[in-house]
Amino acid sequence: MNWLAGFFGDPAHWSGPDGIPVRLLEHLEFSAGAFLVAALIAVPLGLLIGHTGRGALLVVVAANAARALPTLGLLVLVVLLAGVGTVLPVLIPLIVLAVPPILVNTYEGVRGVDADLRDAAYGMGLRGRQVLFQTLTPVALPLILLGLRLAAIQVVSTATVAAFVGLGGLGRFIIDGLATKTYADVVGGAVLVAALALAVQLGFVLLDRVAVSPGVRQVR
Amino acid sequence: MTDEPLVRWDWIARNWANGGPTAISALLENHVVMAFLPVLFGLVVALPLGLACVRWRWLYQPTAALMNVTYSLPSLVLFSIFLSITGLTRSTVVIPLTFFALAVLIPAVVDGLASVPDAVRQSAVAMGFRPARRLLRVELPVAVPVVLAGLRVATVSSISLVSVGALIGQGGLGNLFIDGWQRQFYTPITVGIVLIVLLAVLADGLLVLAQRLLTPWSRARRTA
Repeated sequence: MNWLAGFFGDPAHWSGPDGIPVRLLEHLEFSAGAFLVAALIAVPLGLLIGHTGRGALLVVVAANAARALPTLGLLVLVVLLAGVGTVLPVLIPLIVLAVPPILVNTYEGVRGVDADLRDAAYGMGLRGRQVLFQTLTPVALPLILLGLRLAAIQVVSTATVAAFVGLGGLGRFIIDGLATKTYADVVGGAVLVAALALAVQLGFVLLDRVAVSPGVRQVR
Repeated sequence: MTDEPLVRWDWIARNWANGGPTAISALLENHVVMAFLPVLFGLVVALPLGLACVRWRWLYQPTAALMNVTYSLPSLVLFSIFLSITGLTRSTVVIPLTFFALAVLIPAVVDGLASVPDAVRQSAVAMGFRPARRLLRVELPVAVPVVLAGLRVATVSSISLVSVGALIGQGGLGNLFIDGWQRQFYTPITVGIVLIVLLAVLADGLLVLAQRLLTPWSRARRTA
C-alpha cells in the first residue's frame, strides 16, 4: 500500500510525456487500433462463415492454432523486421491475438441459432442477406459481444508488453520499474492496467444491456 | 540486419544442448514444467470448486465474477506482483498461470456438469446409483467433452503465456525472445515461436486423443 501511495501520490507521475495521462492515452491508442482492425476482419468473416457454413473447419482450426502464438515473440520479431520506433508493427501481434476469440464466437453464435428460427425467417420471405442481418445477427449478438469482450480485454492487458520494445503505454511503468527495481512503479502500473481492463469489462457489460434485444435476453 | 536470415541452423545445432541453463533443450524443459503445472493445479482445484458451485448455486455468481476479474488481469501484472512475494522462482510464473487456468476451468466444470441431461441423471438414480458413485460413474464422464474443451483452451494459453514470464527472468522458451531482441538476432526468436506453437499443437492433439479414449460412446454413436 505504501507503494501505491508513493506511485499515485507523486505529482511527477501526473504530468509530462511520461505521466499517467499520456501513458494511458498511448495505451488506449494501441489497444483501440488493434481491436478495431481485428473486429473489422473477424466479425464479417465470422458472420459469413456462420451463415454459409463454408470453410468453417479450416477457420476454427486456424483460430485455435493462432491462440498458441506467443505475443511477446511475435512482437519482438515483427518489430525487429519492420524497424524500431513505429507504432504499426506493435499492432500486428495484438491483431493476431484479438482475431481468434472474435472470429470463433461470431461463427459459433451464428451457427448456433435455432434452425427453426432461420427457417421461419426464410418462410416470411426474407432473403439470405436479410436473414443474416435481421434474424441471425441479433440472436447471435450476445456471443458476438462475448468474443469482442474477450478480445478487448486481452488486447488491453497484452498491450503492456509494447513497452518492452521501447514504445509507450502503461507497460512503461512496469517494464522500467522492473529494470530499475522501482517496485512502486511496477505495482502502480500494474494497478492502472488492471483498472483499465476492468473498465473495459464493465463497458461491455453495459453494451450488452443496451445492444441485446430484450427478447433474446429473455430466452437466455 | 536486412541480410540476416530468419533461421541460422548452425546456431540451433550449437545451442540445442550446450549443457548450460540457456541451452534450448533446457529452456524447453523449463517451459513444459511451467506451462503444465498451472493446468494440473488448476484442474485439481477446479473440480471440487466446480462441484461446489453446482451443488450450491449461489456460490457460482460470485465465483464467476471473481474469475472474470482474474482473467482481465494482464499476466505481466500478476507476474510482477508475485515477483515481490516469491522472487525469482518458477512459482512467480506458476501461481499466476494457475489463476488463469482456474478462470477457464471452473466455468468449464460447471457447464460440463450442467450439460448432463436430466434424463441421464434420473436413470442413474433409478438404477440405484448413490450420489457419490453417480457423480464418478455417470455425471463426470458425461461432462468430459465440455471439461476437456476448457482444458484445451487452458493448456494452449498457458503454454503461450509462460513466455511473458521472460520479462521477469522466468520465461522458459520466452527467454529466447529477450535474447534475440537484445542481440538483434532473428534465430532465437524464430526457434522460440516455432517450439511454443509445436508444443501447443502437440498438447492439444494429446487432449483430443484423451477425449476419444475417455468417451468411446461418442464415436460409437457416430459410426452406428
